[in-house]
Amino acid sequence: MSGPLYGLLAEFATADALLAAARAARAHGYAQFEAYSPFALEGLGELVGLKHNHVPLLTLLGGIAGGAATYFLQWYSAVIDYPINVGGRPLNSWPAFLPATFEITILGAALAAAIGMLALNGLPQLYHPLFALEEFELATRNRFFLCLPARDPAFELARSAALLHGLDPLLVREVPA
Amino acid sequence: MSVELPSSEPPLSKDVGVLRAGWGYASVSDKIAGIVLAGGFGWRWWAAFLFTFAGVLVFFGAMAWLFVRGVGIWGVNVPVAWGFAIANFVWWIGIGHAGTFISAVLLLLRQRWRTSINRFAEAMTLFAAAIAGIFPILHLGRPWFFYWLVPYPNVMNLWPQWRSPLVWDFFAIATYLLVSLLFWYVGLIPDLATLRDRAGHQRRRARQVVYGLLALGWRGEARHWARYETAYLLLAGLATPLVVSVHTIVSLDFAIGNTPGYHSTIFPPYFVAGALFSGFAMVLTLAIPLRHFFGLHAFITERHLANAAKVLLATCWLVGYGYAAEIFTAFYSGDQFERYMTVNRWIGPYAPVYWSMIACNLLAPQLLWWRRVRHSVPMLFMLSLVINIGMWMERFLIVVSSLHRDFLPSAWGMFYPSVWDWAQLLGSVALFVWLFLLFVRYLPAISIAEMRELVRESAQGKP
Repeated sequence: MSGPLYGLLAEFATADALLAAARAARAHGYAQFEAYSPFALEGLGELVGLKHNHVPLLTLLGGIAGGAATYFLQWYSAVIDYPINVGGRPLNSWPAFLPATFEITILGAALAAAIGMLALNGLPQLYHPLFALEEFELATRNRFFLCLPARDPAFELARSAALLHGLDPLLVREVPA
Repeated sequence: MSVELPSSEPPLSKDVGVLRAGWGYASVSDKIAGIVLAGGFGWRWWAAFLFTFAGVLVFFGAMAWLFVRGVGIWGVNVPVAWGFAIANFVWWIGIGHAGTFISAVLLLLRQRWRTSINRFAEAMTLFAAAIAGIFPILHLGRPWFFYWLVPYPNVMNLWPQWRSPLVWDFFAIATYLLVSLLFWYVGLIPDLATLRDRAGHQRRRARQVVYGLLALGWRGEARHWARYETAYLLLAGLATPLVVSVHTIVSLDFAIGNTPGYHSTIFPPYFVAGALFSGFAMVLTLAIPLRHFFGLHAFITERHLANAAKVLLATCWLVGYGYAAEIFTAFYSGDQFERYMTVNRWIGPYAPVYWSMIACNLLAPQLLWWRRVRHSVPMLFMLSLVINIGMWMERFLIVVSSLHRDFLPSAWGMFYPSVWDWAQLLGSVALFVWLFLLFVRYLPAISIAEMRELVRESAQGKP
């Protein structure tokens, strides 16, 4: 192996093997290891150390922003910018302003949820060192992977490789950076 | 080796009704991705594609002619100024509802039979809502000024009329379209990554690049999945009130007017029930050929079809309640115009449409009480077509029968559709089918990631 290393990658055939491997990595003091699965696995997010999931907060803020902005726009245009007196009815006719406010609240929240999720995940990121490994393409089909990255303070090539080999993987590969 | 160790063999599904036995992660992935990547669909796909493409040309040709000559090419005139365009709009947007209902509401209710039908139902929603959005724009008279509905600072120094249901409608449809698109796309991201990697495996560079760009570099990392699942659940929660609100606001287009037959408080729930009814009918219309032509009987099982049939039966009664409430309110109100409108529907010039609607929407679906009918694929397909047609007649009847004889007998008139009305209705159906054919060719019609999850759950014996 020449050149810098991104980390070590181990492949597993089942979800349970990946969950067990993630627990082992955690027990050995790895804090930044990565786990890859072809579908969402319950509990894996906590195992790899995801503590704060900010998606709900962003969604709430997006909804509030959308709703508030839409109500403000209607109020401003109907009360300040272009008031029309229709038989003395109130200019700020709030019940009629609710449908648009409601719709854009939903839209703002949905946009914040989707875009926020992608942004927090660092996506789009079209290239990643793992994509250079041919074996990794099964991560989106039927295989489960655990990656111990070299940036992790607990990483030490020989010891980390021994740990992965001890987990009964299908294979272990070095990932060039 | 001790017996407590988890099996090192990848799991295979057990038969759980909504998924047949013997499928693993690799085989479900390859089966569904294979439909897209195998390419050549044979002459039947091409025949359907070219036939519907001819219809698409008719649709856009009729639209171009409308731009040149104006809405006078339609059969609309005073007193019936709302004709096919509005009926088509309400019909299409209603069809769109089932997709969101299946994706969002059934997800929140943890209904597992949603898993293999949600993707194409969402595509159906998207196409139906997009087509629906075209009709009111065409109906505007000067369609090229449709953007005047958008609030933006302009040299005319004017704002939209916020108190008008037509402006609410614009916000409702636009939001619905965008949120449906987001929900669909977010659901697609992991599957696009699967297609990227499968295409790469087959050394098909162009497809790998295109799917790779669309997949945004998804690689299935655990932190990504955790945020993804949260976002998906939140989107489902956000889409759920939308399902109810969109057709409610569409119904307010009618209910806020004082025309007999429009001015009714039953309209919002009645429209939402009708939307689910027609939407589930369209889900069956699409699901049955889809499973037949692509051999998806293991994923879209008779359980799915029978469940959809039960929803049809339930919503049929809700729609029937709407019909009954309209009649009751008309007579209970003592308003002679409301009463006349109701009797006119029964025995007036549009009575054949009314009674056909009753036959299609209330009588024919009663066959679904029989288990044998719910499990008969040809019968379900026939019924779904009958209900689609019946629901279109309902939309037509609501729009036209109230307008053609309202308050002053001297102002009564008739609406007869012109050839352009028919061209745009049938052309829109062709456009819908054409888009769906493209969708099954280029995108996975069933969510691959969720099917893998279902394989694992069924293998673990979760009920």
